[in-house]
Amino acid sequence: MRGAKSAKWVVGAAVIALAATACSSSDDSGDKDKGSSTKASSSSDGIVRAWWGDPQNPLEPANTNEVQGGKVLDMIFMNLKEYDPKTGKAMLEAADSITTTDQQNFTIKVKPDLKFSDGTPVTAKSFVDAWNYGALVTNKQLNAYFFADIDGYDAVHPSDDENAKPTAQTMSGLKVVDDHTFTVKLKQKFSTWPDRLGYKAFAPLPTEFFTNHAAYLAKPIGDGPYMVESYTKGTSMKLVPNPNYTGPSKPKNKGVLLKVYTSDETAYADLQSGNLDVLDTIPPADLPHVKDDLDGRYLNQPAGIIQTFSFPMYEKAWSKPGMEKVRLGISMAIDRKTITDKIFQGTRTPATDLTSPVLGAAGGFSTTLAGDAVTYDPIKAKQLIQEGGGLPGGHMTIGYNADSPHKDWVDAVCNSINNALGDNKACVGAPTGTFADFRNQITKQQMKQPFRSGWQMDYPLIDDFITPLYATGGSSNDSKYSNPQVDSLINQANAEGDTAKSVALYQQAEKLILNDMPIVPLWYQNGEAGWSARVSNVTENAFSVPVFTDITVNG
Amino acid sequence: MGRYVIRRLLQMVPVFIGTTLLIFVMVYGLGDPVAAMFGDRTPDPATAAQIRHDLHLNDPLIQQYWIYMSGIFHGDFGKASTGQPVSELLKSAYPVTLKLTIVAFVIEAVIGVALGLFAGMRRGRFLDTGVLAITLLVVSIPTFVTGYVLQYLVGVKWGIVKPSVGDGAPFNQLIMPGLVLAGVSLAYVARLTRTSVAENSRADYLRTAVAKGLPRRRVITNHMLRNSLIPVVTFLGTDIGNLMAGALVTERIFNIHGVGYQVYQGIVHNNPPTVVGFVTVLVIVFLVANLLVDLLYAVLDPRIRYA
Repeated sequence: MRGAKSAKWVVGAAVIALAATACSSSDDSGDKDKGSSTKASSSSDGIVRAWWGDPQNPLEPANTNEVQGGKVLDMIFMNLKEYDPKTGKAMLEAADSITTTDQQNFTIKVKPDLKFSDGTPVTAKSFVDAWNYGALVTNKQLNAYFFADIDGYDAVHPSDDENAKPTAQTMSGLKVVDDHTFTVKLKQKFSTWPDRLGYKAFAPLPTEFFTNHAAYLAKPIGDGPYMVESYTKGTSMKLVPNPNYTGPSKPKNKGVLLKVYTSDETAYADLQSGNLDVLDTIPPADLPHVKDDLDGRYLNQPAGIIQTFSFPMYEKAWSKPGMEKVRLGISMAIDRKTITDKIFQGTRTPATDLTSPVLGAAGGFSTTLAGDAVTYDPIKAKQLIQEGGGLPGGHMTIGYNADSPHKDWVDAVCNSINNALGDNKACVGAPTGTFADFRNQITKQQMKQPFRSGWQMDYPLIDDFITPLYATGGSSNDSKYSNPQVDSLINQANAEGDTAKSVALYQQAEKLILNDMPIVPLWYQNGEAGWSARVSNVTENAFSVPVFTDITVNG
Repeated sequence: MGRYVIRRLLQMVPVFIGTTLLIFVMVYGLGDPVAAMFGDRTPDPATAAQIRHDLHLNDPLIQQYWIYMSGIFHGDFGKASTGQPVSELLKSAYPVTLKLTIVAFVIEAVIGVALGLFAGMRRGRFLDTGVLAITLLVVSIPTFVTGYVLQYLVGVKWGIVKPSVGDGAPFNQLIMPGLVLAGVSLAYVARLTRTSVAENSRADYLRTAVAKGLPRRRVITNHMLRNSLIPVVTFLGTDIGNLMAGALVTERIFNIHGVGYQVYQGIVHNNPPTVVGFVTVLVIVFLVANLLVDLLYAVLDPRIRYA
């Protein structure tokens, strides 16, 4: 029978094809099947189930520069200092003391008897080795520049020439004195430097990190309140309290299950139906009814993030004398209040300076510092722009990356400017397809027109909002702004031993910057979180990350 | 026929090389991924140079492609942006998507053919009009709308099933996503079957079969359905590939960590090894499914022969 014969061939072809595809996959199945069937927890076991995004980089402290990886590092590491979740103040934790007499040479004593979750001791060497690893250019750590203030950084991380090889493996400014003491020599005086040490790039690392790196990345080990019990990359991570942790923030729950979601909307649906406990990113479409959906189990508080747009100060058209009036006029033409209310549903707060409310008044935040420069005044704005010679070429664009939801507010800002000028073609949004492409154009100084920018703080200090962004040659000074007076004020502030005086100097610099207006401050981004009825005591720290150790599971 | 199969298998080689090259060039065209790794910050030039060097980004495109391809033949699919080997991702994602595809395929084939058969046999009656109206409705609603609406109603409002799929994607949790994914194709299958059945029910050989007194059951299954299924099988075969690729939207809505999710991550993070690796396997699935469909013709219709 013809049919049966053909059927044999169909089967034959299928076998050959399957065998061909199997060849390619059998080559890599050599390594053992790890990460399979790490069972997710069910309810009523005291474990908090929280939303998670897949970390973009391997979980190394000096290589994690985004929130999702940072979330885990926060839970599994205790640094020399940690930031108080309520006040943002840097408090000694793993360190017994950090002392200096000249603001340049620091002696750090690590608490005795601290242990990593694998039982190995936390010593001065754990810190020194970790920092040297983070700084060495061949280790390609994204946060390497955090160590740039330490003496000897240039030898391990030459940055003048792209092809330069490091001339040393360790920084000369770090010296281990004994098991629990080490000294740090900075390149120059920097009074608030110890307060930076809460940033996770400065975390200590156990020996396994250096001896068996692959195993470490599969299951990171730290000295913090939690330890990793299981980690299925791209899917979930289960953390349980670390029995070796002796610090002040002992977990009040039996563990945390971080679940990676493919989309925020799905996570929100899961939260509503009780399959998820903590969600710290609410989909914009659900913002108007989030309080009803969750019976008020929702928080919305300031976070250390400021949204801005930057002028290309390297472009003559935008930086020539007289343009400062135009830039100021543009800032005054923006109706920040209406935009934050209507587009962001109150999850943004109109900016009144260049820092963030999380710093508090003592830390340098001010509700009045920028004054008229950020107050909506369309008549004055139009007048200023005309006095300054008008927009270069009669119109402007605001660049943004289209792969994140920026279009709405950029269009609203442009509308606001257009209304003030009475010309609905004066300002339009200029989308770039991907974030990567957008950042490339910025770093290569190809932006001829203003572009969207933003800053998320690394540590809650005013210095972090000013120096990287506005100092000449600052690490993230994308608009290439330069003002010698600002530079000298920043240097004075860094060398000043008294915090209040140092903050006052930074604020003076801030005023000068606002006069030049190289970057238009728009609004402060808030941290949000919604939670299920199953958990209580959900709060967020200054970095808008939930304080997991405080969360309790009901019942 | 043996020679035909071998010829078709050999034809896959240039198609495979062509598609991988095309995809590689397209992902490469998205731009330099290094700047995005640093977030809103300006990249540290020395670190960025180091990363570029390690990813071979400074080499000419054709050389990068060569490095990538020679890696593949050693079973090395490169690394995703998270540092995880792409082969590991393939291993974890493909079974999940395959499960979803099987669920969707079964729903599509069984319900689609059944609806089409009944509608075709009762041409012009209420059932026929009903099927036509429902399929028209399904075809005109985009997948993400049905997905979100079903998720909200069934998952959140009525709480019948979980709104998202958990670890490992068990079959029972995949029924709702499978239904959503199969929706549009199901409508096509039903309509194709209906037309084909309606046409064949007037064919001479069917009248003959009835006239010589064959039982109705045998007439329908052996004579009518088998002959009517040729266009449907063509559609179903090519649809396997479409279902796997089209799962991107459905996987995102229902939190299924499959192929669509990984390809999306690869595109967002501008990571050629992830995208090319996944799409390459998809291409192979397409090619094999097409070959199988062509061979199935001969089984269904003895008049078709491959020399």
